[in-house]
Amino acid sequence: MLNPPPVTIAEKLRLPAPRRWPAAAALLRRTQRLVRTHAFRLAGLYFAVFVLSVLGVLFFVYWTSADFVERQTETTLDAEITGLAEQYAQRGLSGLVQIVAARSAGDRGDGMLYLIANRDGRPLAGNISGWPEGTPTASGSLSFQVEVAGKGREESHPARGKLFAIPDGYRLLVGRDISDAAAFRGRVTTTLVWSGLLALALGLVGGTVMSRNMLRRVEEVNRTAERVIAGNLSDRVPRLGTADEFDQLAANLNSMLDQIERLMAGMREVTDNVAHDLKTPLARLRARLELALLAPGDRSAQAEAIRTAIGEADRMLATFNALLSIAEAEAGVRSDFAETLDLAELAGAVAELYEPVVEEKGFAMRREGVPGVLIRGDRHLLSQALANLLDNALKYGDSEIVVAVSRDGGHAVLEVRDRGPGIPEREREAVFDRFVRLEPSRSTPGNGLGLSLVRAVAHRHNATVRLADNRPGLKVRLEFPEFPALAE
Amino acid sequence: MKLLVIEDDRETASYLIKGLSESGYTVDHSGDGREGLFLATSGSYDAIVLDRMLPGMDGLALLGALRGAQIRTPALILSALGSVDDRVKGLRSGGDDYLVKPFAFSELLARIEALLRRGMQTPTETRLRVANLELDLLTRSVKRGDKLIELLPREFQLLEYLMRNAGHVVTRTMLLENVWDYHFDPQTNVIDVHVSRLRQKIDKQFERPLLHTVRGAGYCLRAGD
Repeated sequence: MLNPPPVTIAEKLRLPAPRRWPAAAALLRRTQRLVRTHAFRLAGLYFAVFVLSVLGVLFFVYWTSADFVERQTETTLDAEITGLAEQYAQRGLSGLVQIVAARSAGDRGDGMLYLIANRDGRPLAGNISGWPEGTPTASGSLSFQVEVAGKGREESHPARGKLFAIPDGYRLLVGRDISDAAAFRGRVTTTLVWSGLLALALGLVGGTVMSRNMLRRVEEVNRTAERVIAGNLSDRVPRLGTADEFDQLAANLNSMLDQIERLMAGMREVTDNVAHDLKTPLARLRARLELALLAPGDRSAQAEAIRTAIGEADRMLATFNALLSIAEAEAGVRSDFAETLDLAELAGAVAELYEPVVEEKGFAMRREGVPGVLIRGDRHLLSQALANLLDNALKYGDSEIVVAVSRDGGHAVLEVRDRGPGIPEREREAVFDRFVRLEPSRSTPGNGLGLSLVRAVAHRHNATVRLADNRPGLKVRLEFPEFPALAE
Repeated sequence: MKLLVIEDDRETASYLIKGLSESGYTVDHSGDGREGLFLATSGSYDAIVLDRMLPGMDGLALLGALRGAQIRTPALILSALGSVDDRVKGLRSGGDDYLVKPFAFSELLARIEALLRRGMQTPTETRLRVANLELDLLTRSVKRGDKLIELLPREFQLLEYLMRNAGHVVTRTMLLENVWDYHFDPQTNVIDVHVSRLRQKIDKQFERPLLHTVRGAGYCLRAGD
C-alpha cells in the first residue's frame, strides 16, 4: 500500500477554515468563491465601466451648468470694462464718472457693482461704499467681498471684478455679486455628488444581484452535472421557461442527457442480450465437450463431438463478428472510407454473388434499376447490409427475389422484395433490435442480427430503412440521400 | 521453408509452432517485438507470421521498420481487431495478409502457402495450366483438352485464383476476399454454389476431376486425386 489515498479535487481546493469562527469562515469561503467566479469578474468589469461613465456624465453636467454661469460673468465684466474704457477715451474722466453714476443708481437686479476712486482710494462714483480692502491698483481680474444691505442687516457677498487703471491714479472697478452663482454652484455640486453616490450604489447592488443570479443558474447546471456523474442519469437541469441562453443551455444539456440515457439503456439491453445469446451456445458447447470426456473409449464419437464443438464455436464467432460489425457501423469511425458509389453497380455485385444460391434454391432473382443513381458511402458496409437482406430473403422468401434501385424525389432507393410470409405490421420495428427473432423462424439457423446491421449501416449513411408489405411478402426499402453528381 | 512467428501469447505461439512444424516448416519464434524485428532483419525467412499487439514494439511499427529497411519478406498479421479499418491499416503498414483471431489453423496454413507462392510467381505469365486445363489471361479463354469452356467473368476470376494456387487449399474466406473483395461472412453458402457451378463447367464432362473439396477447409485445384 504505497499509494496515498486518492485526493479529490474538492479536497484539494478546500480552504483552511478557522475553527472558532465558523460563520465568518463560511462567509469568507462564499466571498472567495464569488470572487473566483466568471460572473463576478464580469460584473466587476461592468461596474468599473459604469463608474467611469457616471463620472463622465456628472463632469459634463457640472461643466455645462455651474462653470457656464461663471464664464458668463467673466464675459459680461470684460464687455462692461471695454465699453467704459471706450467712454473714457471719448468723454474723459468726467464723462466716465457720469456714466458710472447713472449705472449705479438704483438696483437693476443684475448684481453689477461699479466704483471709480481717486488715487487715495476715495470713491468718486459707484454703488460700493468703499474701495475693498487688499484690492490691487493695477489692471486685472480679482475676487473680493462686498458688503450688501440684506434683509435688515449687512451681508458680505462674494464678488468677481475687473480693474481698469485710469491715468493720473484714478481707478475703475467693475464687479458683479456672484453670491447667486456660488449658491447655484454649491447646489449643483451637492446634487451631482449625491446622484453620483446613488448611481454607484445602485450599480453595485445591481451588479452583485446580476452576478449572483447568473452564478445561481450556472450552479444549477453544475449540481445537475455532479449528480449525473454520481450515477443519477435521469436527473435534468431545471428550466425556467424564459427561453434565454441559460434556458437554451439547460434544454440542450437535457437533450444530451436524454441521448446518453437512451444510449446507455440500449447498451445495457445489448449487453444483456449478448450475455444471454452467447451463454446459451457456450453452455451447449461445454455440455458436449463434457459428454465426450465421459466416453473416453470411443474415438470416433469423440472426434464427432469435437467437430460439433468447433462448429458451435464458429457460430458464436460469427455472432461476435456480426455484433462487432454493427458496433463499427454505429460508431461511425470510418468516414474516410466514404466514396461515391453507383447504387445499381453495388447492388448488382452483391446480387451476382447470391444469384447461383437463389437459383439453386429454386427461386428467381430479378434486378431492376437504373444506373447512375449515386450515393456517398462505405462499399463494404453497404455490401454487407445488402448481403444480410438477401440472406433473409433466401431464408424466409419464396419463388422470387427482386433487388431494385430507383430514384425517388432526391432519394436513392434500394429495395429488396421477397414473396415470403412477410412481417406483421406491429413487429416491423422490433425486428431491427438485436437478437430479435420472430416466432416461426426461431428454429431456423440465424442470430437475429442481420436487420440490426442493416439499420446501423442505414443510419451511418443518413438513410432510412422501412419494412413494408409486398403483397405478399416483405419489402425492405432503404432511402439514401442521393449524391448530386449530375446537374439536374 | 523457414518461418518466423512473432507472437507473445505463449499458448497461441506453441499452437502455431506445433502446427506449422507438423506441416513441414522450420519455425523460429520470438515473443517480443524488438527481438522479433532483430530476427526478421538478420535471419533469412520465407515468411513472417506476427501478432499485431506485441510487447516491446507494436506489430505494425515492426512491419514499418522492416519495410523501411527494404526487407520484403511476406508477412501475415494476426489480430483480434477485425474491422475493415484495422485490416486496411495493417495492410498499409506493410502486411501482405491479415487474419483475424480466432482462426481455423487450416485457414492460416492456406494463407501462408498463398503468401509463399506469391513471391515465386512470374508476373509476365499469360497462360496458366493445371493438367489439361488451360487458362489464357490475354484472350480470356479457357480450354480443357481441345474443348473450349465458356465462363462468366466472375467464374473466370474464380478459376484464375484457383489455378494460381493450384495444388494448395484455398478457403472460402480467401475466395470471398480475393475474387469478390468482400470481407464479411455471408450466412448462406454462396461460395460453395459458385464453386460447384464452376465445377460443372470444367469437370462435368471429363473423367478426371480437377476441382476438389477439402472437408473442413475449402477447395483445391489439382491434377491428382
